[in-house]
Amino acid sequence: MADEVILLDHAYSPPAVRVRIALKEKGIAFESKQEDFSNKSSLLLEMNPVHKQIPVLIHNGKPICESLIIVGYIDEVWNEKSPLLPTDPHDRAHSKFWADYIDKKIYTLGRAVWTAKGETHAAAKKDLISSLKILEAELGDKPYFGGKTFGITDIALIPYYSWFYTLEKFGNLKMNEECPKLVAWGERCMQRESVSTTLHNQYETYDFILELRKKLGVE
Amino acid sequence: MEEAGGVKLFGFWVSPFAQRVKWALKLKGIQYEYIEEDKYNKSPLLLKLNPVYGKVPVLVHNGKPISESIIILEYIDAVWKQAPLLPQDPYERAQAHFWAKFAEEKVRQSVVEAMCSSGDEKQKAVKLAVEAFEEFEKELKRRGTKFFGGETIGFVDIVAGCISYQLPVHEEVGSIKILDSSKFPGISEWIRNFLNHPLINEGLPQKDQMFAYYSKRSKEIAYQKMSHKTV
Repeated sequence: MADEVILLDHAYSPPAVRVRIALKEKGIAFESKQEDFSNKSSLLLEMNPVHKQIPVLIHNGKPICESLIIVGYIDEVWNEKSPLLPTDPHDRAHSKFWADYIDKKIYTLGRAVWTAKGETHAAAKKDLISSLKILEAELGDKPYFGGKTFGITDIALIPYYSWFYTLEKFGNLKMNEECPKLVAWGERCMQRESVSTTLHNQYETYDFILELRKKLGVE
Repeated sequence: MEEAGGVKLFGFWVSPFAQRVKWALKLKGIQYEYIEEDKYNKSPLLLKLNPVYGKVPVLVHNGKPISESIIILEYIDAVWKQAPLLPQDPYERAQAHFWAKFAEEKVRQSVVEAMCSSGDEKQKAVKLAVEAFEEFEKELKRRGTKFFGGETIGFVDIVAGCISYQLPVHEEVGSIKILDSSKFPGISEWIRNFLNHPLINEGLPQKDQMFAYYSKRSKEIAYQKMSHKTV
């Protein structure tokens, strides 16, 4: 029986990007349904009644929500190839710790950099750079956060590679100066088909964010 | 009982996060050495073991540290197979992860937010907390079991469980009322069942000590928010 895999999706949503990359790494055929945030589908409201947010993976009719939980689920179900998490419990905990760190910091701080002003903006910029440097230290000289293997931590962070140009413009900074190793890591990840066919380029993303700011009524 | 096998837990007496880990270790019968840290005077060792956050709990097993309570719970469940906390089925596991995240981010955090805020912010926070409790109540009812984990305590119960003994204190400190037992019969019953378990109830912090701690902590958090400092 063929699996039915549907993703309630949005082209520019970093959490949704994570799931698309994971699905592609595993070679899973899926149907992407684009959601409009201002007009959520009845399917979305039915499949994620608690948060009413994307991404939602619907696997044979059953919904799984929260991007990193979905990535973990994908890894457990389609476990014959391309492991996204290590098998050793300590290494798994380590990967999840850093994926969780990225989840806690990057979206909120990044978004504040491209929406906030004054003191809030300055604090967000400072915290974001500090977080990126911490991530850079964790990456070290490894090709990926997972070591030799592209894994959940890489998947957690790579959607934000699309944000780099936006962060430079709104943060008045240079990513190559602040975290050159992360820039190199981003370029390395972009060599992977799952990433290059999923991420929008940084300029398209910047245009999207400009539009989003207008819709949010930011300045 | 499992031999010590080099299991250490760094905690803080009132930390609900450390409590989660204690419960998991106890339910699995794992012997461990407990090291009490002082939140206001952290040891250099703790800061070395958890350089990113500098917080408890930290579990050290065979010399290697693991931080973040929910991640520690998963680790414990993966290493020690007795008394499993997570279901085997991948879909059910994903649901357990979902509700654990919800319990932490929407239930527990909203209560603390409501406790520490004032005026309009407080009203908004209480509303959010009540909404979170409503979702939780719905899910409990939908499952129709004694605990989220089924007939025995599981992953979600342990993550959510801190509200069982801390919620009354938070409500008193914050002068708020969230858990109306007539409105939340399911959660109220779940709390009773949870606290009825001897390993759960054993060694919980004293109510008056928690009240004193959270009265002070609530003011600290409110002040930090005002001066835009992060906690």
